[in-house]
Amino acid sequence: MSYLTPWRVGLVLGVVLLGLVFSLPNLFDQKTLEGLPDWLPKRQITLGLDLQGGSHLLLEVEVEALMKERLENLVSDVRRTLRRARIGYRGLGVQGDAVHLTLTDPAQREEALARLAELNPLMQPLGFTATVDRQYEIDADERGRITITFSEFGRNQLVDSAVQQSLEVVRRRIDALGTREPTIQRQGRTRILVQVPGERDPERIKRLLGKTARLTFHLVDMENSVQDALQGRIPPDDILVPSAEPDGPRYYLLKRKVMLSGENLVDAQPSFQNNEPVVSFRLDSVGARKFGRITQENVGRLFAIVLDGKVISAPRIREPILGGSGIIQGSFTVETANELAVLLRAGALPAPLKIVEERSVGPELGADSIRAGKIASVLALVLVAVFMVVYYRLFGLFSDLALLANMVMIVGALSALGATLTLPGIAGIVLTIGMAVDSNVLIFERIREELRGGKSPIAAIDSGFKQALRAVVDANLTTLIAALVLFQFGTGPVKGFAVTLSIGVLTTLFTAVMLTRVVVWFWYSRTRPKTIPL
Amino acid sequence: MRRFRLIPDSTSIAFMRHRLLFLGGSILAILLSVIAVLTVGLNFGIDFRGGTLLEVRMPGPADLATMRRSLNDLGLGQVQLQNFGDEREVLIRIERQEGEAEQQQKAIEIVKQRLVEDFGDRIEFRRAEFVGPKVSEELLRNGIMAVLLAVALVLVYIWFRFEWQFGAGAVFALVHDVATTIGVFAVVGLEFNLSTVAAILTIVGYSLNDTVVVYDRIRENLRRFKTLKLEEVIDRSINETLSRTLMTSLTTLLALFALFFFGGAVIRDFTFAMIWGVVVGTYSSIYIAAPVLIYFNLRAVLAKEGSASAAG
Repeated sequence: MSYLTPWRVGLVLGVVLLGLVFSLPNLFDQKTLEGLPDWLPKRQITLGLDLQGGSHLLLEVEVEALMKERLENLVSDVRRTLRRARIGYRGLGVQGDAVHLTLTDPAQREEALARLAELNPLMQPLGFTATVDRQYEIDADERGRITITFSEFGRNQLVDSAVQQSLEVVRRRIDALGTREPTIQRQGRTRILVQVPGERDPERIKRLLGKTARLTFHLVDMENSVQDALQGRIPPDDILVPSAEPDGPRYYLLKRKVMLSGENLVDAQPSFQNNEPVVSFRLDSVGARKFGRITQENVGRLFAIVLDGKVISAPRIREPILGGSGIIQGSFTVETANELAVLLRAGALPAPLKIVEERSVGPELGADSIRAGKIASVLALVLVAVFMVVYYRLFGLFSDLALLANMVMIVGALSALGATLTLPGIAGIVLTIGMAVDSNVLIFERIREELRGGKSPIAAIDSGFKQALRAVVDANLTTLIAALVLFQFGTGPVKGFAVTLSIGVLTTLFTAVMLTRVVVWFWYSRTRPKTIPL
Repeated sequence: MRRFRLIPDSTSIAFMRHRLLFLGGSILAILLSVIAVLTVGLNFGIDFRGGTLLEVRMPGPADLATMRRSLNDLGLGQVQLQNFGDEREVLIRIERQEGEAEQQQKAIEIVKQRLVEDFGDRIEFRRAEFVGPKVSEELLRNGIMAVLLAVALVLVYIWFRFEWQFGAGAVFALVHDVATTIGVFAVVGLEFNLSTVAAILTIVGYSLNDTVVVYDRIRENLRRFKTLKLEEVIDRSINETLSRTLMTSLTTLLALFALFFFGGAVIRDFTFAMIWGVVVGTYSSIYIAAPVLIYFNLRAVLAKEGSASAAG
């Protein structure tokens, strides 16, 4: 074994030492770590949500709803534009994913298209691409039928900006909860992944994310009756909106015109008025001026506050409010007032969010899983170690040493890489314990065969390591292939399994082949045995 | 000093003598698995079927009958209850609700409320999982893709390392292992979910690992014993690697059993799948992967290649 040069031995031991150094922070608590000098590694293994408890929510931005809304807005723009240009049309409306209309006089086609083009300016896309394009595609046939649809570019543009904006709003809402280290990231085209470790009440998060929080103020129509409207006779400039209050009227008839909206809000805080929880808000200067004018001109009328299509309350305007701040009453509890304040501060979502996947784990289950995982790993380690010593005696001890180093290196690698340890991840480590000694078994069995074949101890060891290497590498590579596929396709906890399994394969290759060889070499050069106890 | 030996140093078991019997049995097992999946069907978990799952821990031993009565008149359709882990823990499965995701979320709250009303607020809500229909379809598709991709990649690897006959043999063994694992999940009615797919992928890796070690030895011995019949070379190779094969399976099983009994209820099915996989993986590398080579007439092929390269 002349090829085991000192620097090679040093390298192997150095790598093991490095693993040890990186794994050590896990033995201390956070406080002790902060007291240590800066040059020492301090990263600990990150526990997955299934181990520390927490909520994993996958949200989908409902872009369909958003596109429909955009098209409906487009309808009124088209109406205004054509009227102003005195171009006659009929059948204007949204059908499927397009706006349709038919010109009364097909001869006006060119003029109509020219006017409509004003609604469709060139747009600069998000990001750094240089291409400029239009949002809609406008087509017309000879009979004067015009179809307006989103262009590919327009659709992407809309989706991207909606998801980006939603991401921001979601971040602000979650931040308001004050939980530690939430993960909020875009996933795929229209989805947002939210992970909140340590959250005890997932319902609270879901309530917070489930609301669009679009706030508008409308005047209540006091001339027409709600009864008539309920029977289908809604005045053209009015909307019929259900009430969110448990007592009081079930519906309100409101003026369609939005007098003021949540966009003008700069702050919202929960507070109390007459011992009732309320939400107080402050408006920006534009909003304050508008609010002042509206309240001045409409003293004595009811002013409705509408949140996500429901009237929260409709108080009477008693006097002009000029300071730019006001109060939202409603049937709030302290908690719901607080939630509404958070929602208003964070701003409205551009489109509703739908929860498409939830995985919430309570901290107790997480703690139980950690305990079970620890017991199982230690037991597996002891069982395999004892078995190896019983079976291979001294060489079993060597491989146990390698196994121990293996574990230390896995922990070190997980900490250094900032990988997340999940319950299946622990299973991956346990599986590694079982399979790690396989490499040693391959080598030892080979050495045994070589000995039976009549080789001298030193020659048998040499060729045992050399001959078994191919099988060892093969065996580990196949597991690695499977683990990498799993890493690519897996999500959440299962991905954690792929991570520990992959790291385990690599550390196993190192410890079983290199480290064991160094250990055997030390033993051999010290004792120079005539026979090998294998 | 006498040593403890699991397997005698040199065995000479004629593994290939009854190869038809074992091959036939293996093919039968694959067929039965397919039939079981088609008739009994797989008990898909919410990962692949969509729906809602709650895990609760009651203050005392759970009275499933009363809980069932309490939860089944909520108008949420069939609510399934099942003991999980110890007697205090209960898994509650709620069917997919009519309507949008909002309704699914509401169902969780309704069930939680009712449990607190009927059984007090000392109930611990340990876990809540909800998977929407679109996501579950994607997860299933991804799972199938992952298994197929893993098998394909592994095939490429074997192809690269050995002659094609070995690749075909290895894949045959893999198909057997994967099929019988899925089959046993159908027969026993264990929940088939994302972690089952993870287990299957691991089985693919493990089974192949075993197969490759045997193949490696077969190829080595084919070169060493040029006059021996293929059956004898295979028998000899399996016998030579037998103690390693069994040792590795044994240590892996030791670790897995520790996990099965002490790792908690959450990953018990996952561990079961892997234990099953290790057993059939060991079996298949001896009784499927090896004998298949005989039917591919490997010896003649190798001899031809050898003489061709010698001539060239």
